[in-house]
Amino acid sequence: MPTVLPASARTVDIREEYLSLSRRKRMYGGILLVVFLAMFVSGFRIAEFRNAASLSEGFSRILDFPRDLITEAWEKSANLPAHAARAFPALVETVNIALVSTILGCILGTLLALAGTRGLARWPRLIPLARRSADVCRAVPEIVIALVLIFILGGGPVPAMIAIAIHTAGAQGKLFSEVNENVDLKPLEGLASVGANWWQRTWLGVFPQVMPNYLSYSLLRLEINIRASAILGFVGAGGIGYELRNAMTFGQGKFDQAAAIFLLLFATIVLVDQVSSWMRNSLTRGRGAQ
Amino acid sequence: MLDVQNVTRVFGDKRAVDRVSFTLHQPGFIGIIGSSGAGKSTFLRMMNRLTDATEGRILYEGQDILPLRGAAARNWQSRCAMIFQQFNLVPRLDVVANVLHGKLNRQSTLATMFNLWSRADILRAIDILDRLGIAEQATKRAEALSGGQQQRVAIARALMQDPAIILADEPIASLDPMNAQIVMDTLKRINVEDGRMVIANLHTLDTARRYCDRVIGMRDGRIVFDGTPEQLTTGVARDIYGADETFNEHATSTAIRPERAVPAARVAVH
Repeated sequence: MPTVLPASARTVDIREEYLSLSRRKRMYGGILLVVFLAMFVSGFRIAEFRNAASLSEGFSRILDFPRDLITEAWEKSANLPAHAARAFPALVETVNIALVSTILGCILGTLLALAGTRGLARWPRLIPLARRSADVCRAVPEIVIALVLIFILGGGPVPAMIAIAIHTAGAQGKLFSEVNENVDLKPLEGLASVGANWWQRTWLGVFPQVMPNYLSYSLLRLEINIRASAILGFVGAGGIGYELRNAMTFGQGKFDQAAAIFLLLFATIVLVDQVSSWMRNSLTRGRGAQ
Repeated sequence: MLDVQNVTRVFGDKRAVDRVSFTLHQPGFIGIIGSSGAGKSTFLRMMNRLTDATEGRILYEGQDILPLRGAAARNWQSRCAMIFQQFNLVPRLDVVANVLHGKLNRQSTLATMFNLWSRADILRAIDILDRLGIAEQATKRAEALSGGQQQRVAIARALMQDPAIILADEPIASLDPMNAQIVMDTLKRINVEDGRMVIANLHTLDTARRYCDRVIGMRDGRIVFDGTPEQLTTGVARDIYGADETFNEHATSTAIRPERAVPAARVAVH
């Protein structure tokens, strides 16, 4: 190799320094791997110990429920379209809950994120307040909020909507503020240099940069919220979850209804996923064409 | 040695590179000049296979490198190093790790994930850094270095590849005049001492005249000039850049030439 020259004393020092550094790094990596494996094994063993039945024994029965469901639904497959048609209005209700709560939660989350990002916040002293509020919104399970609200307001879609919106605001507040942290500050400096106020700087300097990320996180949250609002139906918040609980619990012989509802939910998630990826693509293409 | 035949790249309805052909018989220092959007970067990216060509052939020692796919294309990339205007290092990794990336084509994925570089590779990386005069920075993160130092780390990564060709895409456009000279001198040394071919896209004409054995001028995707640095007169430069007689390359030149008509004060202003 023509690139290798006789090493000077200084270079020898640098060599030794870097070699010991890389040995140390490798050792830390090895220790971390061992700790990780130990945690994994011990966690698994505790879960196995606390469980009523051991996982290895119960493993064979995991597939019992889906098998019963599929065989029964297959036998009565002629009923599926009728069941699906009957459950459809409930699905619309579920999707509506998800849509309203996603929009509401994302607007609140945007405000929380703007108030909680270092370098962007209008009032830097209130950053911890905004962050802790987002934490609280995220920490309380939506099912707990929904149960309290159902107790106060009675059953129906409104408690579910408020519960999911609160959780969404917390989750999006966190995700959006992480997006905000990666914003390029140079356009903001340019806007500040012409005398723009905080809202103008945010509107023109921050939003164009973060919008594609905000949109894709919001669409992902919409999918999550469809599933969440279906689950809240189990506790009496209406929608397709209520139908699903009835089909799954009331005696035997209703698994064909349950299968129809599962298929509807699956189709909805696929549809939302397709539409959202189309929207994301058109957004990025539009940006590229400019 | 290198034979470029009718290489073309079409983006939409625009011919970014239009039937570019030239031949090189020895590993010289070649400069490509032209205004922004003339197709210089696209051409270098096609040579490195970062961008696919629409048509044409690039023969290196008789082998056409444009149809290569997968592992064969990556092997070609490891023999044909690329240096970027914005350095394109991994900012959070240390300098030696960035240089070691030059060996990635010969390193397995698993060894890469566990950071298992051989002692010989690490020592060689530090030797290369020493050769480029930045061995003191070995343990620092790449992002902590100045622009000129980062570009030398990028050159060290290229040397770690032990390449036959070094492609440099405006390597000094983000650097101050002094660092620019250090980087260009380094590239020239690699060209002369190691006998590696260097193809550099350049912005400044005096740089092209001073360092290159051969200059290629591009305009709107086509080669409009191909000759020696001596043939690169102001009139030729006006043709390459599509400028009229008001174009004066000394207006923005960073060359320091007290004996010329350009007053020293004016150089300092620009």
